[in-house]
Amino acid sequence: MTTLSTQQIVDFAYIAAVALFILSLKWLSSPSTARHGVLAGEIGAAVAVITTFFNPGLVEYRWILLGLAAGAIIGVPLGMVHMTAVPQRTAMSHAFGALAASMIGISEYYVRTPHITAFGMTEISLEVIIGSLSFTGSLIAAGKLQELLPQRPIVYKGQNFVSLSVLGAAIVIALIMMIHPEYKSLFPAMVIISLLFGVLLVTPIGGADMPTVISLLNSYVGLSAALLGFVLSSKVLVVAGALDGSSGFILSVIMCKAMNRSFTNVMFGAFGQLQVSAAGVQEERTVHSASPEEAAAILCAANSVVVVPGYGMAVAQAQHKVRELFDSLTKRGVDMKFAIHPVAGRMPGHMNVLLAEADVPYDKLIDMESANSEMAQTDVALIIGANDVTNPAAKTDQSSPIYGMPVIEVDHARTVMVIKRSLNPGFAGIDNPLYYMDKTLMLFGDAKAFVGSVVRELAGGDHAG
Amino acid sequence: MPSDFTSSLYVFVLAGFIGFEVIRRVSPLLHTPLMSLTNALDAIVVIAAIIITGRHESTLSTILGTVAVAAAFSNMVGGFLITDRMLRMFKLSGRKKQ
Repeated sequence: MTTLSTQQIVDFAYIAAVALFILSLKWLSSPSTARHGVLAGEIGAAVAVITTFFNPGLVEYRWILLGLAAGAIIGVPLGMVHMTAVPQRTAMSHAFGALAASMIGISEYYVRTPHITAFGMTEISLEVIIGSLSFTGSLIAAGKLQELLPQRPIVYKGQNFVSLSVLGAAIVIALIMMIHPEYKSLFPAMVIISLLFGVLLVTPIGGADMPTVISLLNSYVGLSAALLGFVLSSKVLVVAGALDGSSGFILSVIMCKAMNRSFTNVMFGAFGQLQVSAAGVQEERTVHSASPEEAAAILCAANSVVVVPGYGMAVAQAQHKVRELFDSLTKRGVDMKFAIHPVAGRMPGHMNVLLAEADVPYDKLIDMESANSEMAQTDVALIIGANDVTNPAAKTDQSSPIYGMPVIEVDHARTVMVIKRSLNPGFAGIDNPLYYMDKTLMLFGDAKAFVGSVVRELAGGDHAG
Repeated sequence: MPSDFTSSLYVFVLAGFIGFEVIRRVSPLLHTPLMSLTNALDAIVVIAAIIITGRHESTLSTILGTVAVAAAFSNMVGGFLITDRMLRMFKLSGRKKQ
């Protein structure tokens, strides 16, 4: 071997990129090294993109540069969105990833026919079906998260039958094309049917299941990129797709476990249907409520406080007031922590990002297991904008729709305080017996305003000691 | 079965296991940045899009390729950008007092 060919140099650059990608994910294991991970990923991506320009066989650069410029113009604003909008941004980027993979697969089909093997055709069909359904599925998910589409599950009779028939039709076309790849007119039909299936797949899924859906779509997009790697014999795509796919898969499993549900249950059993019966009975029960002054006095007298935040906290934009409460109580020697349920927020880890943005130190954010082991020694559990993830009925009431779901056991704390607008059952409509317990104080009001009043009370200094 | 397929399958299986082992260790604190970072890494399909566009084999493949370049590159740029923005916000409690 005297000199390396251009192709070999390109290949070596790709191997380096793949190694950097794995390092990038490895460094994400801890917040202290995570930013090195981003840098490693950026270097890997830059090396791969730049060397690709030297790929023998490129004859025309104008369109590439046009695409890159357009991508940068779309990508920068999508990288600058507000933290509350990260879930819909993520769904949009799943859609873009799936779009790119499908476009390349479609183009590859038309370039190769009629010299295409049955095996190559199968790879392309599979890749294009998964890419297309992930594209429309992610768009629907983004629409729901942005509240352009109704969050409630949209269901009708025979839905699963219709959806699976549509998927079946796409697969039948794929099988026909395996034998007759030259039937060019069938290919667009397969793409359109797959796009339709993506819509049918995600439309029935309710807002409460979004963390699982967004993770599942993540793994589909990864799978479509890996399949594209098979189509093009590109190992770098196979690796990147496998990494993305396994990440989405792991997150989906975590989300499903955190809701005590199976994949099939999330995909085919709309959550909303179950709750009609549970919301029916309304009996008279007494609740205890408290004013901001009383709440401030109790918090002040506590040694340890665990806050359980939910997406409601972000909707009320209360996270910055909550951080002021954290500062104020910490200064008085109260040990305040935040217990994060895996499905709190609208995507995996969302609540941590929202609290980090409000300058809450990450060593004060604890997961469900640690929170539950400390709960019996906790003086006050303060629930802000969370509901189902604290519902003790999940452990005790077999008739509850969320029975079996792991929850943060706030009922083990000495005192429970719940900031809530009213006693109306929340979005999911599931009754929460926590509100009627003797140790529970309901703090009625808007989360931001209420926490604000508590902080003002504490600043008044009347409760020192 | 083409030999390309077999070698791709090798790589897929090994990368899947590495991904599983590495990602399992990612702190649950960072699951949102994890998803945006893997999105950005997955955007490496842009290199395939560049090749398809640059070969200029037909009008259709050039148009589809250009759309793919734009879609994938927007993920790459936006994904790294937002991941870094999020990670910059994660601070330990000692830092403020210093």
